[in-house]
This record gives sequence, C-alpha cells and structure tokens, in this order.
Amino acid sequence: MTTSNVSPTVSSASPSGTALGEIPLPAPAWSRVTRRLFGHRGLAIGLIVVGLAVLIAIFAPLLAPHDPYHQDIANRMVPPVWHAEGSWEHVLGTDKLGRDTLSRLLFGTRISLTIGLVVALISGVIGTTLGVLAGYFGGRVDAVISYIITTRLAMPVVLVALALASLTGGSLTTVILLLGLLLWDRFAVVSRSVTQQMRDAEYVYAARTLGCSLPYILLREVLPNIAGSLIVVMTLEMAHAILLEATLSFLGMGVQPPLPSWGLMVAEGKAYMFFQPWVIAIPGIALFVLVLAINLLGDGLRDLNAPGGRN
Amino acid sequence: MSAHSTTEVAGSRPALEIPDPSMAPRTARASTPALELCGLSKTFTLGAGLFKRGRTLGAVSDVSLRIPRGQVMGLVGESGCGKSTLAKMLLGLTTPSDGDVLVDGKPLRGANQKALARHIQPIFQDPYSSLNPRKRIAQIVGLPLQVHGIGTSRERAARVAETLDVVGLPRRAADQFPGQLSGGQRQRVAIARALIMRPDIVICDEPTSALDVSVQAQILNLLLDLKAEFGLTYLFISHDLAVVEHLVDRVAVMYLGRIVEEGTREQIFGSPRHPYTRALLDSALTPEPGLGVPDIGLGDAMPDPSDPPSGCAFHPRCPKAQALCRQTRPRLEDIQGDNARVACHFA
Amino acid sequence: MSRLEVNNLLEVKNLRVDLPVEAGTLHAVRGIDFHVERGEMLCLVGESGCGKSMTSLALMGLLPRKSRLSADHLQFDGIDLTTLSERRRSDLRGARMAMIFQEPMTALNPAYTLGNQLCEGLIRHRGVSRQEARERAIYLLERVGISAAKDRLNQYPHQLSGGLRQRVMIAMALMCEPDLIIADEPTTALDVTIQAQILRLLRELQQEFGTAVIFITHDLGVVARIADRVAVMYAGEVIESAPTPALYANPAHPYTRGLLSCIPAPGKTPPGSRLQAIPGVVPSLVGHVEGCAFRNRCPQAQPTCEQTPPLMSLPGDHRARCHYADRPVPVPLQPEMSS
Repeated sequence: MTTSNVSPTVSSASPSGTALGEIPLPAPAWSRVTRRLFGHRGLAIGLIVVGLAVLIAIFAPLLAPHDPYHQDIANRMVPPVWHAEGSWEHVLGTDKLGRDTLSRLLFGTRISLTIGLVVALISGVIGTTLGVLAGYFGGRVDAVISYIITTRLAMPVVLVALALASLTGGSLTTVILLLGLLLWDRFAVVSRSVTQQMRDAEYVYAARTLGCSLPYILLREVLPNIAGSLIVVMTLEMAHAILLEATLSFLGMGVQPPLPSWGLMVAEGKAYMFFQPWVIAIPGIALFVLVLAINLLGDGLRDLNAPGGRN
Repeated sequence: MSAHSTTEVAGSRPALEIPDPSMAPRTARASTPALELCGLSKTFTLGAGLFKRGRTLGAVSDVSLRIPRGQVMGLVGESGCGKSTLAKMLLGLTTPSDGDVLVDGKPLRGANQKALARHIQPIFQDPYSSLNPRKRIAQIVGLPLQVHGIGTSRERAARVAETLDVVGLPRRAADQFPGQLSGGQRQRVAIARALIMRPDIVICDEPTSALDVSVQAQILNLLLDLKAEFGLTYLFISHDLAVVEHLVDRVAVMYLGRIVEEGTREQIFGSPRHPYTRALLDSALTPEPGLGVPDIGLGDAMPDPSDPPSGCAFHPRCPKAQALCRQTRPRLEDIQGDNARVACHFA
Repeated sequence: MSRLEVNNLLEVKNLRVDLPVEAGTLHAVRGIDFHVERGEMLCLVGESGCGKSMTSLALMGLLPRKSRLSADHLQFDGIDLTTLSERRRSDLRGARMAMIFQEPMTALNPAYTLGNQLCEGLIRHRGVSRQEARERAIYLLERVGISAAKDRLNQYPHQLSGGLRQRVMIAMALMCEPDLIIADEPTTALDVTIQAQILRLLRELQQEFGTAVIFITHDLGVVARIADRVAVMYAGEVIESAPTPALYANPAHPYTRGLLSCIPAPGKTPPGSRLQAIPGVVPSLVGHVEGCAFRNRCPQAQPTCEQTPPLMSLPGDHRARCHYADRPVPVPLQPEMSS
C-alpha cells in the first residue's frame, strides 16, 4: 500500500520546523473499538449469545423456576408450553423423571461453559508451551515437538477419550482432564508457526542483545504478539470441547447423571425421540446455538486479527 | 600504558566485565582498537534433519578487521555476502565457528551477554520490525535499564525522557505505541534504545535503507551528531555507497563471506583496487543526468554460497579473470605503505 | 499542453483516486495532470505514500475494488479509459499496456513454466500459434541477456535468481510489443550491481523498440540516469514536471530542491558534514487538504501558501505547483535545526 507511511494527522509543525512533525494523538477511543466489534455482524451475534450464556450460567439459581434435580413422578413427560397439553408451570416441559427441562437447561449452561473454558485453558497452556518452544528454538527441539504433534494428530480424539474414560470411569473431572490433555494440537500448530515468524523479528534480536532472559523474551516479547491468534484458537477449542463433552456424555462415558449436562439430556431422551421429540430437540438446539455462537465469535476475532482487518 | 592494559598483557585476558554502573565516559586508550575481529568465521549446516547431516555453508570466512576508537567503519556488499551474519556475531546473537572478537582488547568468547550489551548495541534496518508493537515507547527505550537493574523506576523514566530529547523525539512519544509513529520516528526510538546504555560501539545494520530519502538525511545527521557527542565507534553496514562515502572513515568490501578489499574512504572511493569494488562503485547511480547507466560488465548470477566457486570467489563474474583466479584464492594482503588490504592477484 | 495532444500516447487530466478508510476518505491521488509521449521514458518519482503506485494502478485499471477513480481526461492513444468495459480494458492491458512489478516473484505464477507464462499473452491477444510464440519468447529472452533461453522456457520461476526473474519480467512485458510499459520500482529489491544491469537493459530495449515507459521510483539517482522527463509527486499531486536535465539543473519546487540536497553527492557534499534534511513528516491525505500540502515542511513558506498553488509554467516544458516557482526565493534554504 502506498499509504502505510502517512501519519494520521496533518502536520502542523512551524515552517522553520523541528526535526519532527506532529505525532498523532493516541486516540483508539472506545467508540472506535465498539464500532469495530459490532461492525462485524457474525462477531456481534456471537458476542451477544455467548455473553447471555455466561450471564445465564452465573445467575442460573436465580433464573431457574425449579430445582433441576427435583423429581416429580406425577408430572413426568409434560410437553412444553406451546404444545396443547403444555402449561406455564413447566415452560419447556419435564423429562422422564419429572424434572423441569428449563431449569436443567439453565444449569447445564454451567457445565458446558466450565468444560469449554477449563479444557481450553489446560490445552492452551500445553499446546502454547510446546508450540512456542518449537517455533523459537527450531532445529532439534522443533523436530522432536513436531513429532509429538504429529503423533497426537494421528489419534482419533473421540475413540481415545472413550477408551480412557471407560478405564477411569466418567465424571466431570475426568472429562475435563481427558479433553484438556487431548485438544492441545491446534494451539501447538498455530503458536509454533506464528512464533517461527516472530523469532527473527528485530525486536527479539534487540532483546537478546540486551541480555534479556529466555523466559522474559518468550513471555514479554513473543507471547503478547501471538495472543491474538491464540484467542481465536481458544474459542474454536472451547466449541470443540463442549461438543465432545456432549458426545461423551451421550455415549455414557462423560458427565454422569444426575448432572444436567446437555449431552446427557439428549441421551436420556433418545428413547422418546419419535413421540416426544422436544425432549431431545431442546437440549440439542441449545447445544447448537452455543457452539455456533462461539464459532462466530472465533471467526469474527480472526477477521479482526488479520492484517487487513484494521484498515 | 595504564595499569589496566598491563594486567591484560601479563595475565590471561579476562572476559568482558564492566563493574561501572555509573556509565561515566570510559577513558579512551588510543592503542587498543574499540573492536577487533580476528579470523572470524561462521559456518551453517543446511538441510540437516534429526538423523541427516546437511551441507555446510560458509557465511563468513576468516574476517579480520580493526576499528579504532571513535571511527566509523563501513561494511559494504550485496545481499548474501555475510554482512548481517557478521553483525549478529558481534552482537552475541550467534557464536562464531572460529576466530574471536576483541571488544576493547578483551575477548568476546565466553563473555556474558549483559556485559557485552553495555559495550555494543545495535540499530537494525527495519524500524517496523525492530520495535515490539505491543509495548509503549517508554517501555521499549527503558528496557535496557530495566534488564540491567539500573536505577529506580523514577530514575529510569528520567533517563528515558532525557534520551528521547537526545534523539529529537518529543517527550509525549513516551506514552505511544510504535504503530502511532512514522518510520523516521521509529528509527529514532531504536537509536534511543541503543544509546540509553551509553555503549562504546554501535552496529548500524542498514539503518536508513527502509526510510524515505528525506527522512534518511535526518537520521544520518542524528547519527553523526551522536557520534560527536558521545565519542561512539560505528560499524556501518550498508549497500548504499553514497551514504557510506558520506559517513565513514574506513571501508571494508565483502564478497561471499570474505573481505576482498579494505582501506580508507579516500583509497576505496578514490582508487579502488579490487574489480568487485570497482563494479560496486560504477553501479552506484549518482543523481547526475546525462551520464546514463554504465556498463559494469558483470554477470548477474550471484554464486551459491554453499557451493562457492574455486579459487577467487569473484572469478565467474570478473571481467579480468585469468586461469590463476580459477585455481588459487588470492589472500587478503597488505598493500605496502598504504594501510590498506586487497585480495586480488592482479591488484 | 504545448504540444499537439493527439501525438501523446497517454493524456491524464485531473486524475483523482479516493480510498475509503476507517477514519474517512483517503485522497491518494489528488487531481494530477501529465502526459506520456510515444517512445519516451517518464519517471514518476516520490516518497512512500505520495500516490505514485496508485497512479500506476489507476492507469492499468487495477485499483482496489473499493476505491473511486475520476478524471476529466484519461486517454490512451485516443481511447477513453474511464468508460472502457472491463473486457476491452483487459485486452488493452495485455496487448498494448504491460506492467513490471517490484517483486517479480509475486507477478510470476509459481505453478507454470516460464514458457507458458511468456507465451500465454501473445497467443491470447495476437492469436499466433504456440510455435511462433515460443520463437518470440526465445528471441526476447536472449535479448534480455538470458543464456540457454530454450532450456529456460521449461523452468519454473523459483529456479531463477532475483535479477534473472526481473529480466524475464521485462521479456514478458515486451512479448506483445506494447506501446506503454509501466514499471513500478522494478529494481528496488535488487542489489546495486544487478540494478545497474537491469536499468541499462530496460533503457536499451525501450529505445530500440520505441516503447513508452512510465518508470516509478523513489531513487533520484536512477531517475537522473534513465529518464527523458520527470514528474515529482508529493502528497497525491504532481508538484513539478520537467525534462530531466532541466529538473536537476533548476529545480523549481522547494520539495524537489529538498530531495536533491538531502542525498549525499560524492564530490559535492563534504564527507561527515550535515545533510540538508526535510523536516517534518508527510501530511495525512485523509479528509480535505487545504492549500499547499508541503507548506508545513517548506523552508520558504509564506502566508500565501495557505491557498492552493497554481501549476506555474516555466520556460522549456517545465511546470511547478508552487506560488514562488517563477519568483526569487524570499528566504534562503536553511539546514535542519539541530535537535
């Protein structure tokens, strides 16, 4: 671009001139940030839905009309309110044990988001550490870590997770640990390639000449500059983890009853699929909307983070 | 001779250490060059894998140079001639495969990077990549002080402001990010970072080649002013011969990892002896209309550094090459009574 | 224009290019006039952001999609380029106008052999047989100084050095015998010895084939050696245009004078002396620019400079956009104040 060197303000230096012209005012004002965020439709939708989900997870006890664990055999399989036999007492109906579906759905948000966040954090730490080390050092270190990454990529996640879960027995903690230890590959691949480009940046050389320690260089010079890419990967991995948790729970190897996991809700309702389809449709739709929103958020962040995204 | 240099001669030469946090100007000793390169070489291994041996590439071969205190040594050559690798070795970014660097008469080998940093600082080519885009200017310029644990944070801030003044940046630049500055302003920031430790030697690696000509002049003027003010020694790496001629006291010409000619500015620009130096000078296009573009008579195939030509590395492109040039590599020899060196059979 | 306009290959009057950016509209090219005569080498010279590359893209019809182009007059050999359909434009681009880019590696397709890429345009635009096209390609590769031209046709771009690739680009530009070649900084990425050889070659071939060339560069040394005429651009305007010797002998615009005096000239500038820098930075072209765009950096700026300067005509086809182009300089040029 021919315009890259043009400073953003008209210089108003006096004609005789100092050595420098005007330095533009630092003005990345909030209005500009919000315009950038909401100028992107997918990003805005993703941000709103995920934000709502977080609020729901936090305030679930206040929002839920019933105790999600309370069984009421007299009121089992009540259809949702829009159905002829539905009532406002149970807006989204009840399951086969008479538990209120809406309440379970709202509390289920907590499980999905916790799984997404914690898994993304664990795998993020593992993957980024490996990727940054491989990218920064190159050579032998890179060869060894790339080999580990390739090995990991060759493993089918669902099968390995199922096998391990069946050995250890499923629980929320095992699901989180298992997925956290399995889903680091994309973090490693992305951080490795971004760090490789950064290794030869002159500011990294400048820090090295000063005698900065290795942790300083990696944490303060490299990491802030790859954070943008990592946040994008993080959203995608969150969505991935939420779906995998649902899968494992559906197959009975994930979160165990009576926890209100969405995957478990689908599993528990699968026997009624043909005559009471809402039993699985409602948690299914919730899962779909949340995962879609997180992916939209990730795509939007990636677009903003791309070199052209700021112009 | 001072006491310091006596111990140096008597005992084994101590590795670099500077127990002088005050950064008072060090007393100059005219006899020791600020920077001396002794047979410096660097070979890389290409295409090696976990279990595979690669080919070797001599990026820098047997380079010896002396840069007297307070002088500017120009280093010219085309891309791939090894000048950037040489700069990296001087900055401690890569270890030499062979030979050594003497800073202030003391060997660099085994010296600690922090001690070295107080003597030698770099100014890099690209002001867009030399500043971390996520840090404020004050953090970037103050980083050397912070890393070396010099002063309190208030003293450091004062020192940063003072250094910004020295390089001609307004003080409010301190709170800005590199993205908010122009190319010339960024290069001033890079110069401020290099100077805040009051080094003796500054390695300038193409410091103006990424800048517009009008800005280039500002930066060159600044470099000249700073040299006079702080008594700096520069190694000035550039491919722009007009700039080199303007700035330097001595010039070394590199071709394919070796120095082919070295001498004073007048010798190199006035009466070049090596055919490659001559070709370089001919191809520098000065703004004189009517002269046209000279025919310098070189092929444009830069030889592959991992498979250098036999004999004189320049012979495939040299208009005067003889059979001797294909067989024997000319040594870099002193020219009698001229304080200059050239590596050519027919100089 | 003093000449008969029908004889000019390219006529540009009041060309404007606007680009929408986040902060508003970037006026990249702000109403420029110039012409190119048949067979001449015109150099467009200026610093980064002056609009020289945008001008070349506008002429080739390769502007970014969001940009807006307007011109009172944009004629290539009598063809109005502003109203041309994309299809006709594309025919013109290959057959009568060619472009040489700064980085040949981005202009050559890495997936095709040089032979394919050299011949493609000629076959498409001139309808010649593949055999004839290959013969011309071999002839031109030899003319641009590439040995073993026949074997080179089967090679891929990555097998060549930077200098050789730029030679191939020149050969490719000449394949259809265009009337106009636009060369955008074609030697900036090359080493000095290679640059000299490529420039010499381009100049020789341009004179031999009678092709007009618009050569875009920031290097006043290069301009002096190859141009017939020069147009100096600053902040989206042509601020001075003249035949090369006149421009260097009597630069009329203070910016041109500043540019010429800030490069060290061997034999004239004493080594180690201060250079005359141009203080300040280029103004932003986002939003409306009022008056002379150079006045904030100009050593002789006057209150008059708040008004947009006219294009002053000087003797000998020399024009400058400065209120004081034809008057004595009121204040002598001052060297940059020490910081």
